[in-house]
Amino acid sequence: MTKMAAEARLAPTPLLKDELDIVIPTIRNLDFLEMWRPFFQPYHLIIVQDGDPSKTIRVPEGFDYELYNRNDINRILGPKASCISFKDSACRCFGYMVSKKKYIYTIDDDCFVAKDPTGKGINALEQHIKNLLCPSTPFFFNTLYDPYREGADFVRGYPFSLRDGAPTAVSHGLWLNIPDYDAPTQLVKPLERNSRYVDAVLTIPKGTLFPMCGMNLAFDRELIGPAMYFGLMGDGQPIGRYDDMWAGWCTKVICDHLGLGVKTGLPYIWHSKASNPFVNLKKEYKGIFWQEELIPFFQEVVLPKECTTVQKCYLELAKQVKAELSKVDDYFNKLADAMVTWIEAWDELNPGGAKSAALPSGASK
Amino acid sequence: MSQAPIKDNEVDIVIGALRSDLSSFFNEWRAYFSRFHLIIVKDPDLKEELKIPDGFNLNVYTKNDIDRIVGSTSISFSGYSCRYFGFLVSKKKYIISIDDDCHPAKDNKGNFVDAVAQHIENLTTPATPFFFNTLYDPYRDGADFVRGYPFSLRNGVNCALSCGLWLNLADLDAPTQALKPSERNNRYVDAVLTVPTAALLPVSGINIAFDREAVGPALFPALRLAEEGKVRWETIEDIWSGMCVKVICDHLGLGVKTGLPYVWRTDRGDAVESLKKEWEGVKLMEEVVPFLQSTMLPVTAATAEDCVVEMAKTVKQQLGSSNPVFGHAADSMLEWVRIWKTMVSRPS
Repeated sequence: MTKMAAEARLAPTPLLKDELDIVIPTIRNLDFLEMWRPFFQPYHLIIVQDGDPSKTIRVPEGFDYELYNRNDINRILGPKASCISFKDSACRCFGYMVSKKKYIYTIDDDCFVAKDPTGKGINALEQHIKNLLCPSTPFFFNTLYDPYREGADFVRGYPFSLRDGAPTAVSHGLWLNIPDYDAPTQLVKPLERNSRYVDAVLTIPKGTLFPMCGMNLAFDRELIGPAMYFGLMGDGQPIGRYDDMWAGWCTKVICDHLGLGVKTGLPYIWHSKASNPFVNLKKEYKGIFWQEELIPFFQEVVLPKECTTVQKCYLELAKQVKAELSKVDDYFNKLADAMVTWIEAWDELNPGGAKSAALPSGASK
Repeated sequence: MSQAPIKDNEVDIVIGALRSDLSSFFNEWRAYFSRFHLIIVKDPDLKEELKIPDGFNLNVYTKNDIDRIVGSTSISFSGYSCRYFGFLVSKKKYIISIDDDCHPAKDNKGNFVDAVAQHIENLTTPATPFFFNTLYDPYRDGADFVRGYPFSLRNGVNCALSCGLWLNLADLDAPTQALKPSERNNRYVDAVLTVPTAALLPVSGINIAFDREAVGPALFPALRLAEEGKVRWETIEDIWSGMCVKVICDHLGLGVKTGLPYVWRTDRGDAVESLKKEWEGVKLMEEVVPFLQSTMLPVTAATAEDCVVEMAKTVKQQLGSSNPVFGHAADSMLEWVRIWKTMVSRPS
């Protein structure tokens, strides 16, 4: 293992309070922040207020924050605001765009501090930071999961040349209590709760897609930010509850292309609110059919090796979405256009700045 | 997806005996082993008589049996490779194999783990190699497929290989263990997951189970180090065989699971001593992995045997010139298929 990785394992986790923004979409209130105060108070919050902009969202005392409602989004982006969803938590990606920090942590307002098996409250943010600061291992699966965790390592047979790993772009956390099921599963198993604490962080192998949930998610904005567009959902759109899924599939394809890693597993948060499965079914309905076409699309997509930045990869993806998926539904035409608008808006708000690092061109898939 | 419970007579437990006194081993495992038929294969190099307690339904095979049954062959069944003879003579659908220096482990609640039952559960529930489920095995109690998991992929595929893990002495290589002599694995990760298609992994032979009907011929003692020894740090045959099995499973649309069950593995041997021998294995991995990642099997290879034959050819062509070890491995793979076919066609 590299000296750097070995040292990272032993040192206490840095706070990164000036390098990380916490992005929270909300339409109701931010009472949940009280429970997170011991862990979140050092950090700057970006609140994205969805729904009626004339409503005032009260932020608990003592937090340093900026808040954007729909009027702000329209003012800042002008006509490009069309790419930001309304009446859907997908609007959170506006927060990623306006942030000036290296790292983002996003969490839903119905997510609370979970307890680990010893009964201790879990500092989810600290675990995400640990995950992001140490390498991923997408090129070869380690059967003891994250080899950089204390007490773990690479197993016999793991090639030494792959032990430096790849930079981690995304840390996908999980949820105890209400699991993130789709509507049909919720309808069949309304009482199922996730009570299994799986003490592992692992890298999702290169070439493998996964369903990325935006409830408890952290990422390196400099490495992958522009790929985290949460799509067109909610008001006026034929679909909902696929925002994070869409971002996850795009992100994973681009990470695979650029040689970046995606981790999943710890940390857990406690998901308290079960959304209405009938409402969910109406939102997801089309997605359930469409995803049957979307998955093969993402599995087969090839990004040319000239795509050496996230933006270039994303624009290429948008092109292919338009070419291949508009026959599934005209929605994908609009979505492809919105993906381009998103990149234009991102680059306008982040001129040369949030350096989506031009990485040495990874081998295309 | 519920499946008919597996019958005890569909399972063989194969133990390679590298030490002679197996009394405590069998007594510890009695509760979990005694329902099943066992095949014990004695390391041909082991001189002492085996000591096995009563109360088990088993067959023991020694060097004489191996020589008599297999006849003349270039395959060596010495050391950890002796277990493969057990895989060969078994007539059952499922095989579970555990190293003789492993004990039943305890889970997070302090209860002993029935590794046999867990392996059987892994093999008889579907695997999901085409899309990653973030809640791990969706067929486990209290879990399911998450939002965003395509419905058409929720039937899964048959699981052909179940790779278990180890508490206490994990299966680390000699350099790692030598650097950290007191490192022990105390983390019980309560998960079973499918290793996605196209992802390779180092398959450890210490605690495995497989569907012999589906992939039996693909587990073989082919890659032998020049100075292979009697501790796991001095072998690589299981890693090589396991990676080939994964390539074959990916090709045939079968699944490979990893995670539970855990076994408790005790200290044996000296990592620093083994360093001298294991370096060869460590160096070989550097060539093996890129080769296997790019291996494509022809569509015509429709059985595990066909796949092994095709792989052997490619190994010889592409790796044979870089190191004679690979040439021998390729020859052994072909020889293995020959022996396997002979055994299978024998009257029971």
